[in-house]
Amino acid sequence: MISINRVTRIFNSRDGDQVTALQDVSLEIGRNEFITLVGPSGCGKSTLLRIVAGLILPTAGRASIGGEEITEPRAETGIVFQAPTLLPWASVLDNVLFPLRMMHRIDSTSTDKAMALLKLVGLTGFEGKSPRELSGGMQQRVAICRALVHDPDILLMDEPFGALDALTREEMTMELLRIWSERPKTVLFVTHSITEAVVLADRVVVMSPRPGRIAEIIEIGLPRPRSFETEATPEFHEASQRIRQLIFGTRHVGPGRAAA
Amino acid sequence: MSVQAAPPLEERQKPPRRRKKSAALYEVVLPLIATACLFLLWEGACRAFAIPGYLLPAPSDIWIDTMAIGSTVAGHTAATFKTVMLGFVVSILISLPLAVILTASPAIAAAVYPFLVWTQSIPKVALAPILVVLLGTNELPRIVITVLVAFFPLVISIATGLLSVPPELIELSRACRASKLSELLRIRLPYAIPFIFAGLKVAISLAVVGAVVAEFVNADAGLGFLIQTSTAFFKVPVAFGALIILSVMGVVLFQIVVVAERVFFPWSSSNTTPGA
Repeated sequence: MISINRVTRIFNSRDGDQVTALQDVSLEIGRNEFITLVGPSGCGKSTLLRIVAGLILPTAGRASIGGEEITEPRAETGIVFQAPTLLPWASVLDNVLFPLRMMHRIDSTSTDKAMALLKLVGLTGFEGKSPRELSGGMQQRVAICRALVHDPDILLMDEPFGALDALTREEMTMELLRIWSERPKTVLFVTHSITEAVVLADRVVVMSPRPGRIAEIIEIGLPRPRSFETEATPEFHEASQRIRQLIFGTRHVGPGRAAA
Repeated sequence: MSVQAAPPLEERQKPPRRRKKSAALYEVVLPLIATACLFLLWEGACRAFAIPGYLLPAPSDIWIDTMAIGSTVAGHTAATFKTVMLGFVVSILISLPLAVILTASPAIAAAVYPFLVWTQSIPKVALAPILVVLLGTNELPRIVITVLVAFFPLVISIATGLLSVPPELIELSRACRASKLSELLRIRLPYAIPFIFAGLKVAISLAVVGAVVAEFVNADAGLGFLIQTSTAFFKVPVAFGALIILSVMGVVLFQIVVVAERVFFPWSSSNTTPGA
Protein backbone atom coordinates (compact mmCIF):
# COMPACT_ATOMS: atom_id res chain seq x y z
CA MET A 1 0.00 0.00 0.00
CA ILE A 2 2.75 2.44 1.02
CA SER A 3 6.00 2.08 -0.81
CA ILE A 4 9.11 3.96 0.21
CA ASN A 5 11.90 3.39 -2.24
CA ARG A 6 15.45 4.56 -1.48
CA VAL A 7 14.26 7.84 -0.01
CA THR A 8 16.81 10.42 1.09
CA ARG A 9 15.93 13.75 2.62
CA ILE A 10 18.43 16.53 3.23
CA PHE A 11 17.59 19.71 5.14
CA ASN A 12 19.49 22.96 4.88
CA SER A 13 20.07 24.15 8.41
CA ARG A 14 20.13 27.85 9.25
CA ASP A 15 23.90 28.15 9.32
CA GLY A 16 24.09 26.77 5.81
CA ASP A 17 25.08 23.21 6.73
CA GLN A 18 23.30 20.30 5.18
CA VAL A 19 21.72 17.79 7.50
CA THR A 20 20.81 14.38 6.19
CA ALA A 21 17.62 13.45 8.03
CA LEU A 22 17.01 10.27 6.05
CA GLN A 23 19.41 8.27 3.94
CA ASP A 24 18.46 5.62 1.47
CA VAL A 25 15.40 4.39 3.33
CA SER A 26 13.27 1.69 1.75
CA LEU A 27 10.11 0.24 3.30
CA GLU A 28 7.05 -1.55 1.98
CA ILE A 29 3.88 -1.36 4.06
CA GLY A 30 0.91 -3.58 3.35
CA ARG A 31 -2.76 -2.65 3.62
CA ASN A 32 -4.04 -2.50 7.21
CA GLU A 33 -0.60 -3.25 8.53
CA PHE A 34 0.43 -1.66 11.85
CA ILE A 35 3.99 -0.35 11.57
CA THR A 36 5.81 1.38 14.40
CA LEU A 37 8.91 3.48 13.87
CA VAL A 38 11.21 3.52 16.86
CA GLY A 39 14.59 5.11 17.37
CA PRO A 40 16.46 7.82 19.22
CA SER A 41 15.88 11.52 18.57
CA GLY A 42 17.19 12.71 15.24
CA CYS A 43 16.85 9.40 13.42
CA GLY A 44 14.36 10.84 10.93
CA LYS A 45 11.22 9.07 12.17
CA SER A 46 9.10 12.20 11.98
CA THR A 47 10.64 13.15 8.65
CA LEU A 48 9.65 9.78 7.20
CA LEU A 49 6.13 10.25 8.57
CA ARG A 50 5.87 13.70 7.01
CA ILE A 51 7.08 12.39 3.68
CA VAL A 52 4.29 9.79 3.72
CA ALA A 53 1.88 12.58 4.71
CA GLY A 54 3.00 14.60 1.69
CA LEU A 55 3.94 17.52 3.92
CA ILE A 56 7.58 17.36 2.82
CA LEU A 57 9.07 15.87 -0.33
CA PRO A 58 12.06 13.52 -0.54
CA THR A 59 15.33 14.95 -1.84
CA ALA A 60 15.97 11.70 -3.66
CA GLY A 61 14.08 8.46 -4.08
CA ARG A 62 10.36 7.88 -4.37
CA ALA A 63 7.51 7.52 -1.93
CA SER A 64 4.20 6.29 -3.21
CA ILE A 65 0.81 5.19 -1.98
CA GLY A 66 -1.03 2.60 -4.03
CA GLY A 67 1.48 3.09 -6.82
CA GLU A 68 0.89 6.84 -6.97
CA GLU A 69 3.81 9.09 -6.08
CA ILE A 70 3.26 11.32 -3.04
CA THR A 71 3.74 14.91 -4.14
CA GLU A 72 1.21 16.68 -1.92
CA PRO A 73 -0.99 15.90 1.11
CA ARG A 74 -3.59 13.31 0.30
CA ALA A 75 -7.20 13.52 1.41
CA GLU A 76 -7.40 9.90 2.57
CA THR A 77 -4.67 10.22 5.19
CA GLY A 78 -5.29 11.09 8.84
CA ILE A 79 -2.63 12.56 11.14
CA VAL A 80 -2.30 12.62 14.93
CA PHE A 81 0.47 14.72 16.47
CA GLN A 82 2.21 14.57 19.82
CA ALA A 83 0.24 17.55 21.11
CA PRO A 84 -3.54 17.31 20.67
CA THR A 85 -3.55 20.86 19.19
CA LEU A 86 -7.31 21.19 19.42
CA LEU A 87 -8.91 24.50 18.59
CA PRO A 88 -9.52 26.18 21.97
CA TRP A 89 -12.59 28.12 20.74
CA ALA A 90 -14.42 25.14 19.27
CA SER A 91 -16.39 22.42 21.04
CA VAL A 92 -15.21 18.81 21.04
CA LEU A 93 -17.67 18.00 18.25
CA ASP A 94 -16.55 20.95 16.12
CA ASN A 95 -12.94 19.94 16.66
CA VAL A 96 -13.69 16.47 15.33
CA LEU A 97 -15.55 17.95 12.35
CA PHE A 98 -12.76 20.43 11.65
CA PRO A 99 -10.96 18.49 8.86
CA LEU A 100 -14.26 17.97 7.03
CA ARG A 101 -14.91 21.72 7.24
CA MET A 102 -11.44 22.49 5.92
CA MET A 103 -11.96 20.02 3.06
CA HIS A 104 -15.49 21.31 2.35
CA ARG A 105 -16.75 17.78 2.80
CA ILE A 106 -19.22 18.45 5.57
CA ASP A 107 -22.74 17.13 4.99
CA SER A 108 -25.78 15.89 6.89
CA THR A 109 -24.11 12.61 7.90
CA SER A 110 -20.96 14.29 9.28
CA THR A 111 -22.29 14.89 12.77
CA ASP A 112 -23.43 11.25 13.08
CA LYS A 113 -19.99 10.07 11.96
CA ALA A 114 -18.29 12.30 14.50
CA MET A 115 -20.61 11.16 17.29
CA ALA A 116 -19.95 7.51 16.42
CA LEU A 117 -16.20 8.14 16.65
CA LEU A 118 -16.57 9.91 19.99
CA LYS A 119 -18.53 6.89 21.18
CA LEU A 120 -15.74 4.62 19.92
CA VAL A 121 -13.17 6.44 22.09
CA GLY A 122 -15.53 6.65 25.07
CA LEU A 123 -16.28 10.36 24.91
CA THR A 124 -20.05 10.21 24.49
CA GLY A 125 -21.57 13.15 26.37
CA PHE A 126 -18.48 15.32 25.96
CA GLU A 127 -19.29 16.58 22.46
CA GLY A 128 -20.44 20.00 23.69
CA LYS A 129 -17.50 20.55 26.05
CA SER A 130 -14.63 22.86 25.32
CA PRO A 131 -11.17 21.23 24.95
CA ARG A 132 -9.77 22.86 28.08
CA GLU A 133 -12.39 21.08 30.16
CA LEU A 134 -10.82 17.75 29.14
CA SER A 135 -7.77 15.94 30.51
CA GLY A 136 -4.70 15.39 28.32
CA GLY A 137 -5.72 11.82 27.51
CA MET A 138 -9.24 12.87 26.57
CA GLN A 139 -7.89 15.66 24.37
CA GLN A 140 -5.69 13.17 22.55
CA ARG A 141 -8.74 10.91 22.04
CA VAL A 142 -10.50 13.85 20.41
CA ALA A 143 -7.42 14.35 18.21
CA ILE A 144 -7.66 10.69 17.18
CA CYS A 145 -11.35 11.16 16.29
CA ARG A 146 -10.34 14.23 14.29
CA ALA A 147 -7.84 12.15 12.34
CA LEU A 148 -10.43 9.45 11.63
CA VAL A 149 -13.47 11.60 10.81
CA HIS A 150 -12.93 11.62 7.04
CA ASP A 151 -12.48 7.83 7.17
CA PRO A 152 -8.91 7.74 5.89
CA ASP A 153 -7.29 4.44 4.88
CA ILE A 154 -3.92 5.55 6.28
CA LEU A 155 -3.39 6.83 9.80
CA LEU A 156 -0.10 8.57 10.62
CA MET A 157 0.71 9.04 14.30
CA ASP A 158 3.68 11.10 15.43
CA GLU A 159 4.39 10.15 19.06
CA PRO A 160 0.68 10.58 19.85
CA PHE A 161 1.02 9.47 23.46
CA GLY A 162 4.40 11.11 24.09
CA ALA A 163 2.94 13.99 26.09
CA LEU A 164 0.74 11.81 28.31
CA ASP A 165 1.55 10.45 31.75
CA ALA A 166 2.71 6.85 31.96
CA LEU A 167 -0.60 5.38 33.15
CA THR A 168 -2.75 7.21 30.61
CA ARG A 169 -0.22 6.21 28.00
CA GLU A 170 -0.64 2.49 28.68
CA GLU A 171 -4.40 2.86 28.68
CA MET A 172 -4.34 4.75 25.38
CA THR A 173 -2.10 2.11 23.79
CA MET A 174 -4.70 -0.59 24.45
CA GLU A 175 -7.43 1.81 23.40
CA LEU A 176 -5.70 2.36 20.08
CA LEU A 177 -5.42 -1.40 19.50
CA ARG A 178 -9.16 -1.73 20.11
CA ILE A 179 -9.96 1.17 17.74
CA TRP A 180 -7.67 -0.31 15.12
CA SER A 181 -9.33 -3.73 15.40
CA GLU A 182 -12.76 -2.13 14.96
CA ARG A 183 -11.64 0.15 12.13
CA PRO A 184 -8.66 -1.48 10.43
CA LYS A 185 -6.33 1.00 8.75
CA THR A 186 -2.76 1.14 7.60
CA VAL A 187 -1.02 2.74 10.56
CA LEU A 188 2.42 4.32 10.70
CA PHE A 189 3.18 5.06 14.34
CA VAL A 190 6.26 6.97 15.52
CA THR A 191 7.34 6.43 19.12
CA HIS A 192 10.23 6.66 21.56
CA SER A 193 8.83 3.84 23.65
CA ILE A 194 10.08 0.34 22.91
CA THR A 195 7.22 -1.23 24.86
CA GLU A 196 4.68 0.75 22.91
CA ALA A 197 6.40 -0.11 19.62
CA VAL A 198 6.32 -3.86 20.27
CA VAL A 199 2.85 -4.16 21.76
CA LEU A 200 1.21 -2.26 18.91
CA ALA A 201 3.05 -3.39 15.83
CA ASP A 202 2.94 -6.06 13.18
CA ARG A 203 6.46 -4.92 12.33
CA VAL A 204 8.77 -2.60 14.22
CA VAL A 205 11.06 -0.47 12.10
CA VAL A 206 14.13 0.36 14.18
CA MET A 207 15.95 3.45 12.97
CA SER A 208 19.37 4.79 13.77
CA PRO A 209 20.48 8.41 13.67
CA ARG A 210 22.97 10.61 11.82
CA PRO A 211 22.10 9.99 9.10
CA GLY A 212 18.65 8.53 9.71
CA ARG A 213 18.35 5.07 8.23
CA ILE A 214 16.65 1.78 8.93
CA ALA A 215 18.73 -0.41 11.23
CA GLU A 216 16.45 -3.41 11.16
CA ILE A 217 12.83 -4.38 10.65
CA ILE A 218 11.52 -6.77 13.29
CA GLU A 219 8.45 -8.95 12.75
CA ILE A 220 6.32 -9.14 15.86
CA GLY A 221 4.54 -12.48 15.81
CA LEU A 222 2.60 -11.92 19.02
CA PRO A 223 -1.01 -13.08 18.67
CA ARG A 224 -3.82 -10.58 18.55
CA PRO A 225 -5.85 -9.32 20.29
CA ARG A 226 -3.07 -8.19 22.56
CA SER A 227 -3.44 -6.98 26.11
CA PHE A 228 -1.35 -5.99 29.10
CA GLU A 229 -0.55 -9.70 29.56
CA THR A 230 1.19 -9.69 26.19
CA GLU A 231 4.00 -7.75 27.80
CA ALA A 232 4.75 -10.69 30.09
CA THR A 233 5.47 -13.16 27.28
CA PRO A 234 9.00 -14.26 26.36
CA GLU A 235 8.43 -13.24 22.71
CA PHE A 236 7.70 -9.71 23.86
CA HIS A 237 10.91 -9.55 25.89
CA GLU A 238 12.95 -11.01 23.11
CA ALA A 239 11.74 -8.39 20.64
CA SER A 240 12.20 -5.55 23.15
CA GLN A 241 15.71 -6.74 23.94
CA ARG A 242 16.64 -6.93 20.27
CA ILE A 243 15.40 -3.35 19.71
CA ARG A 244 17.31 -2.11 22.75
CA GLN A 245 20.49 -3.69 21.40
CA LEU A 246 19.97 -2.09 18.01
CA ILE A 247 19.38 1.33 19.51
CA PHE A 248 21.99 1.39 22.25
CA GLY A 249 24.48 -0.87 20.49
CA THR A 250 27.44 -1.81 22.62
CA ARG A 251 27.37 1.42 24.59
CA HIS A 252 25.24 0.09 27.40
CA VAL A 253 26.18 -3.55 27.16
CA GLY A 254 28.65 -5.12 29.56
CA PRO A 255 32.39 -5.27 28.72
CA GLY A 256 32.28 -8.97 27.87
CA ARG A 257 29.79 -8.49 25.07
CA ALA A 258 31.28 -5.27 23.77
CA ALA A 259 34.21 -7.26 22.46
CA ALA A 260 32.00 -9.65 20.54
CA MET B 1 -29.25 23.59 39.90
CA SER B 2 -30.99 20.44 38.77
CA VAL B 3 -30.30 17.42 40.89
CA GLN B 4 -29.86 15.23 37.85
CA ALA B 5 -26.90 17.17 36.47
CA ALA B 6 -23.74 15.11 36.44
CA PRO B 7 -21.36 15.91 39.31
CA PRO B 8 -18.46 17.14 37.18
CA LEU B 9 -20.79 19.60 35.46
CA GLU B 10 -21.94 21.11 38.73
CA GLU B 11 -18.43 21.25 40.03
CA ARG B 12 -17.40 23.18 37.00
CA GLN B 13 -20.22 25.67 37.23
CA LYS B 14 -19.85 26.58 40.86
CA PRO B 15 -16.36 28.05 41.17
CA PRO B 16 -16.83 30.67 38.42
CA ARG B 17 -20.01 31.89 40.12
CA ARG B 18 -18.24 32.31 43.41
CA ARG B 19 -15.38 33.97 41.60
CA LYS B 20 -17.74 36.37 39.85
CA LYS B 21 -19.01 37.66 43.16
CA SER B 22 -15.57 38.33 44.59
CA ALA B 23 -14.44 39.64 41.20
CA ALA B 24 -17.25 42.23 41.32
CA LEU B 25 -16.09 43.25 44.79
CA TYR B 26 -12.48 43.56 43.73
CA GLU B 27 -13.01 45.11 40.33
CA VAL B 28 -15.79 47.60 41.07
CA VAL B 29 -16.46 48.26 44.74
CA LEU B 30 -12.92 48.54 46.06
CA PRO B 31 -11.61 50.86 43.30
CA LEU B 32 -14.70 53.08 43.77
CA ILE B 33 -14.13 53.32 47.51
CA ALA B 34 -10.43 54.06 46.97
CA THR B 35 -11.24 56.77 44.43
CA ALA B 36 -13.82 58.35 46.75
CA CYS B 37 -11.27 58.40 49.59
CA LEU B 38 -8.70 60.03 47.32
CA PHE B 39 -11.11 62.79 46.34
CA LEU B 40 -12.08 63.37 49.99
CA LEU B 41 -8.41 63.61 50.93
CA TRP B 42 -7.83 66.03 48.06
CA GLU B 43 -10.79 68.20 49.08
CA GLY B 44 -9.71 68.14 52.73
CA ALA B 45 -6.10 69.06 51.90
CA CYS B 46 -7.17 71.96 49.68
CA ARG B 47 -9.32 73.39 52.46
CA ALA B 48 -6.98 72.67 55.37
CA PHE B 49 -3.90 74.18 53.74
CA ALA B 50 -5.83 76.84 51.78
CA ILE B 51 -4.13 75.86 48.50
CA PRO B 52 -4.83 78.56 45.89
CA GLY B 53 -7.32 77.45 43.22
CA TYR B 54 -4.97 78.27 40.31
CA LEU B 55 -2.40 75.79 41.67
CA LEU B 56 -4.59 72.93 42.75
CA PRO B 57 -8.35 73.48 42.70
CA ALA B 58 -10.48 71.48 45.13
CA PRO B 59 -12.75 68.79 43.63
CA SER B 60 -15.80 70.81 44.60
CA ASP B 61 -14.50 73.87 42.69
CA ILE B 62 -13.71 71.68 39.68
CA TRP B 63 -17.24 70.31 39.77
CA ILE B 64 -18.90 73.75 40.14
CA ASP B 65 -16.81 75.49 37.47
CA THR B 66 -17.10 72.63 34.99
CA MET B 67 -20.84 72.25 35.50
CA ALA B 68 -21.29 76.01 35.03
CA ILE B 69 -20.39 75.52 31.35
CA GLY B 70 -21.82 71.98 31.25
CA SER B 71 -23.26 72.02 27.74
CA THR B 72 -20.04 73.46 26.28
CA VAL B 73 -18.00 70.78 28.05
CA ALA B 74 -20.37 68.12 26.74
CA GLY B 75 -19.81 69.41 23.20
CA HIS B 76 -16.02 69.25 23.67
CA THR B 77 -16.31 65.75 25.10
CA ALA B 78 -18.36 64.62 22.11
CA ALA B 79 -15.78 66.09 19.72
CA THR B 80 -12.90 64.28 21.43
CA PHE B 81 -14.91 61.04 21.63
CA LYS B 82 -15.55 61.23 17.89
CA THR B 83 -11.85 61.67 17.13
CA VAL B 84 -10.89 58.83 19.48
CA MET B 85 -13.44 56.42 18.01
CA LEU B 86 -12.69 57.29 14.37
CA GLY B 87 -8.97 56.99 15.07
CA PHE B 88 -9.48 53.66 16.84
CA VAL B 89 -11.65 52.19 14.07
CA VAL B 90 -9.25 53.35 11.34
CA SER B 91 -6.35 51.88 13.35
CA ILE B 92 -8.10 48.49 13.37
CA LEU B 93 -8.92 48.73 9.66
CA ILE B 94 -5.26 49.47 8.88
CA SER B 95 -3.63 47.11 11.39
CA LEU B 96 -5.54 43.94 10.56
CA PRO B 97 -4.66 43.70 6.84
CA LEU B 98 -1.18 45.06 7.55
CA ALA B 99 -0.52 42.32 10.12
CA VAL B 100 -1.86 39.67 7.71
CA ILE B 101 0.45 40.93 4.94
CA LEU B 102 3.44 41.17 7.30
CA THR B 103 3.01 37.58 8.46
CA ALA B 104 2.17 36.17 5.03
CA SER B 105 5.51 36.87 3.41
CA PRO B 106 8.97 37.36 4.94
CA ALA B 107 9.93 39.48 1.92
CA ILE B 108 7.07 41.92 2.45
CA ALA B 109 7.77 41.97 6.17
CA ALA B 110 11.41 42.89 5.54
CA ALA B 111 10.35 45.66 3.17
CA VAL B 112 7.53 47.18 5.24
CA TYR B 113 8.83 46.74 8.77
CA PRO B 114 11.45 49.54 8.66
CA PHE B 115 8.70 51.98 7.60
CA LEU B 116 6.54 50.91 10.52
CA VAL B 117 9.37 51.46 12.98
CA TRP B 118 10.11 54.77 11.28
CA THR B 119 6.52 55.99 11.78
CA GLN B 120 6.94 55.14 15.45
CA SER B 121 10.23 56.96 15.86
CA ILE B 122 8.76 60.28 14.66
CA PRO B 123 7.62 62.38 17.62
CA LYS B 124 3.89 62.77 16.97
CA VAL B 125 3.75 66.13 18.73
CA ALA B 126 6.31 67.44 16.26
CA LEU B 127 4.52 65.90 13.32
CA ALA B 128 1.11 67.30 14.24
CA PRO B 129 1.62 70.93 13.06
CA ILE B 130 3.18 69.71 9.81
CA LEU B 131 0.18 67.45 9.16
CA VAL B 132 -2.15 70.40 9.72
CA VAL B 133 -0.32 72.29 6.97
CA LEU B 134 -0.50 69.23 4.73
CA LEU B 135 -4.07 68.17 5.37
CA GLY B 136 -5.84 71.34 6.47
CA THR B 137 -7.55 72.33 9.69
CA ASN B 138 -10.28 69.73 9.74
CA GLU B 139 -10.95 66.35 11.35
CA LEU B 140 -8.58 64.50 8.99
CA PRO B 141 -5.19 65.46 10.53
CA ARG B 142 -6.59 64.71 14.01
CA ILE B 143 -7.57 61.21 12.92
CA VAL B 144 -4.24 60.68 11.16
CA ILE B 145 -2.34 61.63 14.31
CA THR B 146 -4.58 59.45 16.50
CA VAL B 147 -3.99 56.51 14.15
CA LEU B 148 -0.24 57.12 14.05
CA VAL B 149 -0.15 57.02 17.85
CA ALA B 150 -2.45 54.01 18.23
CA PHE B 151 -1.91 51.56 15.36
CA PHE B 152 1.62 50.28 15.91
CA PRO B 153 1.13 48.12 19.02
CA LEU B 154 -2.02 46.76 17.39
CA VAL B 155 -0.13 45.64 14.27
CA ILE B 156 2.59 44.04 16.36
CA SER B 157 0.19 42.14 18.60
CA ILE B 158 -2.01 40.94 15.72
CA ALA B 159 1.09 39.77 13.82
CA THR B 160 2.39 38.00 16.93
CA GLY B 161 -1.00 36.32 17.32
CA LEU B 162 -1.14 35.18 13.70
CA LEU B 163 2.27 33.56 14.16
CA SER B 164 1.39 31.94 17.48
CA VAL B 165 -0.52 29.07 15.87
CA PRO B 166 1.02 25.67 16.73
CA PRO B 167 2.87 24.35 13.65
CA GLU B 168 0.90 21.09 13.88
CA LEU B 169 -2.34 22.94 13.14
CA ILE B 170 -0.79 24.47 10.05
CA GLU B 171 0.34 21.00 9.00
CA LEU B 172 -3.17 19.71 9.66
CA SER B 173 -4.55 22.49 7.50
CA ARG B 174 -2.10 21.61 4.74
CA ALA B 175 -2.94 17.92 5.12
CA CYS B 176 -6.61 18.88 4.61
CA ARG B 177 -5.47 20.69 1.48
CA ALA B 178 -7.11 23.85 2.74
CA SER B 179 -6.44 27.15 1.01
CA LYS B 180 -4.31 29.87 2.61
CA LEU B 181 -7.48 31.94 3.01
CA SER B 182 -9.36 29.33 5.02
CA GLU B 183 -6.19 28.67 7.02
CA LEU B 184 -6.21 32.39 7.86
CA LEU B 185 -9.93 32.60 8.63
CA ARG B 186 -10.42 29.28 10.38
CA ILE B 187 -7.10 28.88 12.24
CA ARG B 188 -4.81 31.90 12.33
CA LEU B 189 -7.30 34.68 13.04
CA PRO B 190 -9.22 32.84 15.80
CA TYR B 191 -5.91 31.87 17.36
CA ALA B 192 -4.86 35.52 17.31
CA ILE B 193 -7.98 36.73 19.18
CA PRO B 194 -6.33 36.95 22.64
CA PHE B 195 -3.40 38.82 21.08
CA ILE B 196 -5.72 41.08 19.08
CA PHE B 197 -7.56 42.07 22.25
CA ALA B 198 -4.30 42.72 24.09
CA GLY B 199 -3.45 45.06 21.22
CA LEU B 200 -6.90 46.67 21.24
CA LYS B 201 -6.55 47.48 24.94
CA VAL B 202 -3.29 49.31 24.30
CA ALA B 203 -4.65 50.95 21.14
CA ILE B 204 -7.80 52.38 22.76
CA SER B 205 -5.72 53.96 25.53
CA LEU B 206 -3.27 55.39 23.01
CA ALA B 207 -6.13 56.66 20.83
CA VAL B 208 -7.21 58.97 23.67
CA VAL B 209 -3.63 60.25 23.97
CA GLY B 210 -3.39 60.73 20.21
CA ALA B 211 -6.67 62.62 20.00
CA VAL B 212 -5.60 65.08 22.71
CA VAL B 213 -2.19 65.62 21.10
CA ALA B 214 -3.98 66.39 17.83
CA GLU B 215 -6.37 68.79 19.54
CA PHE B 216 -3.49 70.70 21.13
CA VAL B 217 -2.19 71.78 17.71
CA ASN B 218 -5.29 71.84 15.60
CA ALA B 219 -8.80 72.12 16.92
CA ASP B 220 -11.60 74.50 17.73
CA ALA B 221 -13.31 71.87 19.85
CA GLY B 222 -12.43 68.91 22.02
CA LEU B 223 -11.17 68.39 25.56
CA GLY B 224 -7.54 68.98 24.55
CA PHE B 225 -8.60 72.30 23.07
CA LEU B 226 -10.59 73.07 26.24
CA ILE B 227 -7.56 72.42 28.45
CA GLN B 228 -5.42 74.74 26.33
CA THR B 229 -7.89 77.61 26.24
CA SER B 230 -8.92 77.36 29.90
CA THR B 231 -5.33 77.31 31.19
CA ALA B 232 -4.57 80.27 28.95
CA PHE B 233 -7.26 82.18 30.85
CA PHE B 234 -6.26 80.70 34.23
CA LYS B 235 -9.53 78.76 34.45
CA VAL B 236 -7.62 75.95 36.10
CA PRO B 237 -10.67 74.16 37.59
CA VAL B 238 -12.17 73.74 34.09
CA ALA B 239 -8.85 72.34 32.81
CA PHE B 240 -8.87 69.85 35.67
CA GLY B 241 -12.49 68.99 34.86
CA ALA B 242 -11.54 68.26 31.25
CA LEU B 243 -8.61 66.16 32.46
CA ILE B 244 -10.86 64.08 34.70
CA ILE B 245 -13.38 63.56 31.88
CA LEU B 246 -10.53 62.44 29.62
CA SER B 247 -9.26 59.91 32.13
CA VAL B 248 -12.79 58.59 32.73
CA MET B 249 -13.26 58.27 28.97
CA GLY B 250 -10.00 56.32 28.73
CA VAL B 251 -10.97 53.95 31.54
CA VAL B 252 -14.52 53.39 30.24
CA LEU B 253 -13.37 52.70 26.67
CA PHE B 254 -10.69 50.32 27.98
CA GLN B 255 -13.28 48.46 30.05
CA ILE B 256 -15.63 48.22 27.06
CA VAL B 257 -12.86 46.39 25.18
CA VAL B 258 -12.29 44.09 28.18
CA VAL B 259 -16.02 43.32 28.47
CA ALA B 260 -16.37 42.80 24.70
CA GLU B 261 -13.63 40.16 24.85
CA ARG B 262 -15.30 38.41 27.78
CA VAL B 263 -18.73 38.42 26.16
CA PHE B 264 -17.83 37.49 22.59
CA PHE B 265 -14.71 35.37 23.18
CA PRO B 266 -15.02 33.84 26.66
CA TRP B 267 -12.42 31.17 25.86
CA SER B 268 -9.92 33.92 25.03
CA SER B 269 -10.16 36.10 28.12
CA SER B 270 -10.13 33.19 30.56
CA ASN B 271 -7.13 31.73 28.77
CA THR B 272 -4.84 34.70 28.70
CA THR B 273 -5.68 37.13 31.47
CA PRO B 274 -5.84 35.20 34.71
CA GLY B 275 -5.44 38.42 36.67
CA ALA B 276 -8.30 40.31 35.02
